[in-house]
Amino acid sequence: MLATSRTFVANARAGLANDNLQHALGLARTGFPLRRRLAIERLPEFEALRETGRSIKDHTLEHLDFYLELYESRVVASGGKVHWARTPQEACAAVLQVCRSVGAKIVTKGKSMIAEEVGLNEFLERHGITPVETDLGEYIIQLRHEPPSHIIAPAIHLIKEQVAETFRAEHRSLDPDRSLAEPRQMCDEARAMLRPRFLAADVGITGANFHVAETGSSIIVTNEGNGDLTQTLPRVHIVMTSIEKLVPTLEDAATLLRLLARSATGQEFSSYTTISTGPRRPGDLDGPEQYHVVLLDNGRSELIGTEFQDMLRCIRCSACINHCPVYAAVGGHAYGWVYPGPMGAVLTPILIGIEEAGHLPNASTFCGRCESVCPVKIPLPKMMRHWREREYAKKLSPPVYRTGLSLWAWVARRPALYHALAEIASRVLGWAGRDRGRFRSLPLATGWTAVRDMPAPEGRSFHSLWAERRK
Amino acid sequence: MRVALFVTCLVDLFRPTVGFATVKLLEQAGCTVEVPRAQTCCGQPAYNSGDRADAKAIALQVFDAFAGYDHVVAPSGSCAGMIRQHYPELFAGDPVNLQRAQELAGRTWELTSFLVDVCGTRTVSAQWDREVTYHDACSGLRELGVKLQPRQLLASVAGLRLRELPGAEICCGFGGTFCIKYPDISDKMVTDKETDIVATGAEAVLAGDLGCLLNMAGKLYRQGRCVEVRHVAEVLAGMTEEARPIGAAR
Repeated sequence: MLATSRTFVANARAGLANDNLQHALGLARTGFPLRRRLAIERLPEFEALRETGRSIKDHTLEHLDFYLELYESRVVASGGKVHWARTPQEACAAVLQVCRSVGAKIVTKGKSMIAEEVGLNEFLERHGITPVETDLGEYIIQLRHEPPSHIIAPAIHLIKEQVAETFRAEHRSLDPDRSLAEPRQMCDEARAMLRPRFLAADVGITGANFHVAETGSSIIVTNEGNGDLTQTLPRVHIVMTSIEKLVPTLEDAATLLRLLARSATGQEFSSYTTISTGPRRPGDLDGPEQYHVVLLDNGRSELIGTEFQDMLRCIRCSACINHCPVYAAVGGHAYGWVYPGPMGAVLTPILIGIEEAGHLPNASTFCGRCESVCPVKIPLPKMMRHWREREYAKKLSPPVYRTGLSLWAWVARRPALYHALAEIASRVLGWAGRDRGRFRSLPLATGWTAVRDMPAPEGRSFHSLWAERRK
Repeated sequence: MRVALFVTCLVDLFRPTVGFATVKLLEQAGCTVEVPRAQTCCGQPAYNSGDRADAKAIALQVFDAFAGYDHVVAPSGSCAGMIRQHYPELFAGDPVNLQRAQELAGRTWELTSFLVDVCGTRTVSAQWDREVTYHDACSGLRELGVKLQPRQLLASVAGLRLRELPGAEICCGFGGTFCIKYPDISDKMVTDKETDIVATGAEAVLAGDLGCLLNMAGKLYRQGRCVEVRHVAEVLAGMTEEARPIGAAR
């Protein structure tokens, strides 16, 4: 996927001006946080569970090499195969090789952010294989040739009228006068369109929410059951996942699952939680003949031991996104790549470079709501700040801004000068604004006064007044 | 108790009344208040811009300016949060200064939490006949747990009725340099906040951080709303007569 993170400011402006998007975000803005809060109120031990979740992931990351090897040996023992992929190219190549080995023409896909990260759909299409997204949201945006705008609700940027329009334009075999006014009708239609594809697919590709070292299993959660049809009906099941989704035991996975659904959608548990271990065994009623795991690194292993290691705890629940006021203002596409919101602001520079994604960790007020809801306590603002430090060290931030900052810091280290300047500024601005009490425009502060007034100072600095009163 | 006032740069420049209100409240709580002259800013603009070197240099100056006091109190959750939460992070790899940072962090407070949690203040002797609403500034709320303290004190202000603000815990879009670097996004956030404030029907909006207050006042005026904007300290100290509301005309 071609990144547009460089044009974040323009992307954001487009998002702010998009009425449909703003309407859709308005619903999400209150819905997700409310449902999460209610779910957590029903679980008094949620806070303790967060701590446990954090330590499970930290422990795994500290011993990641050990658990990865254990995991591979268990996958092999259950009859599956692990394809180690250092890069997106290697991941795509591994999928293609498996698809070609069985002469695949149609591939069904459950939701996988790793597939988005490596650009799998475009790659498969270029090689003559048709990928069919089966998650309803993913299906809708595939029809519209759009990237996802949210990691668990990929079509959240759309309103239902837009979906109806897309279905009419794309499902041309159906009666053009049919009613698509109700969400139920659109669900039924998508289901009817997808059913034959499930049956026709040669290969099914899913993501994984977790994989389990002790059993060699992968776990997915869905609310539509599409993941199960994707992975059990075709002859071949490919799991696309990344190395940090590993947990040591099924018990650990169960703990994290309790955190995941509540943090994501406010459900106690997702409608479907499916654990897959290897291909169909003799006597099994269903399941694929082949079970492959494509395990992507893409720079993740290099984060271990750095200030960004904590990001590898992320379980992709989207709570940070759902509670982010910046995401709620501009929507996911503004971020310009696969991962939006606070987790994207930290992760995207890791995956595509800070030169490309420099805006993302800057476009935050550090309000801290993301960190406060993260089920594995990732200090997201702190890591965005680390990106700003790297940018500052590399001199990537605008020169005017850097010079202004240095000048201010120089003055701030000289209290006598600082107090004198503060008194002058207070007097000058206070005098200029003495009647109106505020300014509609102010030189050097146009970023502020473009959208709001600037209240005028009272007219004297505190330190000057204090010194006078103490005489 | 010998308490040093950390004035904060915005209060110093824009609204000295908040500083004097803070002094009054601290003295009413039995503190002896001093204002170290060697203070300027907490260094947060540098820290949040990725400039650790300048942030550290300013922090070292703060260590010296506030050495020896029993407590340091700021009428801002943001500046107090910088000292309490971020100074120790800033000196994580520097044992000598880390110890100084932790020592200072342990005795630095946001005003309302100092009054309630340290001084045991439960009531203030102030009167203000208004329907007010309250915005929870992010740093105070999430870095320092300031939520109930201002409400508890406001409940004792004669004539004051509090109407809770829906989304009180959602950022107003100030964010320090954010509001200037990303004005479009900041505008959307503060417009949502302005809409929520107006919807409460309150006559005034209060908060504990001047940055947020300047932002909200600026937007309320730009939209032509007549909602009075004040720092909570002014109301608690009974000093609403001493200064016009933030941004108000003569």
